[in-house]
Amino acid sequence: MRGGGLWQLGQSVTRRLAQSDKKTVARRCFASEADLKKTALYDFHVAHGGKMVPFAGWSMPIQYKDSIMDSTLNCRENGSLFDVAHMCGLSLKGKDCIPFLEKLVIADVAGLAPGTGTLTVFTNEKGGAIDDSVITKVTNEHIYLVVNAGCRDKDLAHIEEHMKAFTSKGGDVSWHIHDERSLLALQGPLAAPVLQHLTKEDLSKLYFGEFQVLDINGALCYLTRTGYTGEDGFEISVPSENAVDLAKAILEKSEGKVRLTGLGARDSLRLEAGLCLYGNDMEQHTTPVEAGLTWAIGKRRRAEGGFLGAEVILKQIEQGPSIRRVGLFSAGPPARSHCEIQDEKGQNIGEVTSGGFSPCLKKNIAMGYVKSGHHKNGTKLKIVIRGKFRPVVGWVNHQGIFLNLRAKSLALAKP
Amino acid sequence: MASKSWATRLASYLKISAQNRGFATVRDDLKYGSSHEWVKVEGNCVTIGISDHALHHLGNVIFVQLPDEGAQLKQGTSFATVESMKSTSDVNSPISGRVVEVNTELTGSPGLMNASPYEKGWIVKVEIANGEEVKTLMDPEHYSKFCEEEEEEEDANH
Repeated sequence: MRGGGLWQLGQSVTRRLAQSDKKTVARRCFASEADLKKTALYDFHVAHGGKMVPFAGWSMPIQYKDSIMDSTLNCRENGSLFDVAHMCGLSLKGKDCIPFLEKLVIADVAGLAPGTGTLTVFTNEKGGAIDDSVITKVTNEHIYLVVNAGCRDKDLAHIEEHMKAFTSKGGDVSWHIHDERSLLALQGPLAAPVLQHLTKEDLSKLYFGEFQVLDINGALCYLTRTGYTGEDGFEISVPSENAVDLAKAILEKSEGKVRLTGLGARDSLRLEAGLCLYGNDMEQHTTPVEAGLTWAIGKRRRAEGGFLGAEVILKQIEQGPSIRRVGLFSAGPPARSHCEIQDEKGQNIGEVTSGGFSPCLKKNIAMGYVKSGHHKNGTKLKIVIRGKFRPVVGWVNHQGIFLNLRAKSLALAKP
Repeated sequence: MASKSWATRLASYLKISAQNRGFATVRDDLKYGSSHEWVKVEGNCVTIGISDHALHHLGNVIFVQLPDEGAQLKQGTSFATVESMKSTSDVNSPISGRVVEVNTELTGSPGLMNASPYEKGWIVKVEIANGEEVKTLMDPEHYSKFCEEEEEEEDANH
């Protein structure tokens, strides 16, 4: 009896995943909670019924008392509060911080208006993605950026290496890693009305993609109107000692409509919104062009290059990439990461990189890469899921955006 | 935005934190297998499903892969799979026998398992080969204790 039951369920899941996931050997991790890092909200999560799981070296809530499905729906209907303090926020400062960063990312950083930000990609020499990041030009001498928790060590080492080379040639740039701050994400239709209760600044003047330093609930916060859900919302960098109070205040002001939401729902939301998950939909070998992020390469950057891997990327823009990211609907069980995609004749033409059931659409959705030529809407494809062929029954645009959120994003843009 | 294949790793985690013990029902008129199946015995025919306790851990069921009618089941081997938002789980047969009826309602409405784990959420009806196997299953009291012990073990691992 001992060792059966849920443990056995876990084992059978592990075996199943090990079969479909040839790259990663899924294994039951025996790391104790003591080895994992904790955010400022750890006790708060546990007190609110958070199911804590290891994630990128941190103990994070995958969900709370409500199901992942209900959480996802509630975010779009009301709002969600996410603890994303495991992510790494940093500031680049100095007269040359803009030309410095432009060597490492595809964005037109110089062209950003002060107080605005954008999604960008840190590239390597082969044009592949080291990480994706939301960068914000605070002023011409201060850039604030957030990178993924799982890529923290890699990204910081990369930035530091280039910073040393840059400064040794006389460039003026330095950094500060904001480990004294915690990042919270407040997303959904109630995000702005609720947050407005906690600050004197008029949030209706802060458009999507914009940034402000302001007092929220008595603490000096960095506020970016952005998110990872496709909804309106904010990422709030708050001093860690004020994080719990801010979280409490947000939940109270919403009268329970904004709920603490975990990483499980966060993944559903971003998949529905067509947003890449680094490590799944983007990896070291994936170029921004292949990932459907050519729009993020500034016009001037396309003309001038000057970032790592520019030759590869500019060539792909000119000639087209050999593989492309697509969004697919499929029948039967949901497609998951690493499921094979085949054409009508049974030839391998690609792979699913993220997939699941969409609570909002009530359908299976998946993102993946297919060989160019097979990426057009209507091409007959099938996905191999646990040895069975499941037909692709629908397509979305090359950015894999499943939910029609365009109207929402237009409404939030600066007029 | 996160590290490599986190969803894959997460899917193998069915841990819960100490504070979150949802109250799951254990029905008195059923027997239970060691991987959380319930069995309703009616003569030489049994109905099989998954317990409320297991479903609490799995979360919303979004897909059920059912066996065919006529399929031969062997005690301890997988005969169906149940998918939730973040994981896929094998369902192991608590007994051996032949599938005589499959709950096709689960194809269109997999959520029936969560809504009604012991009634509408049944998976298969099986004609059993060996009456002795039923005796190896747990009675409700034993199963409740089994679930408690498992949770204590999970908590100890944290």
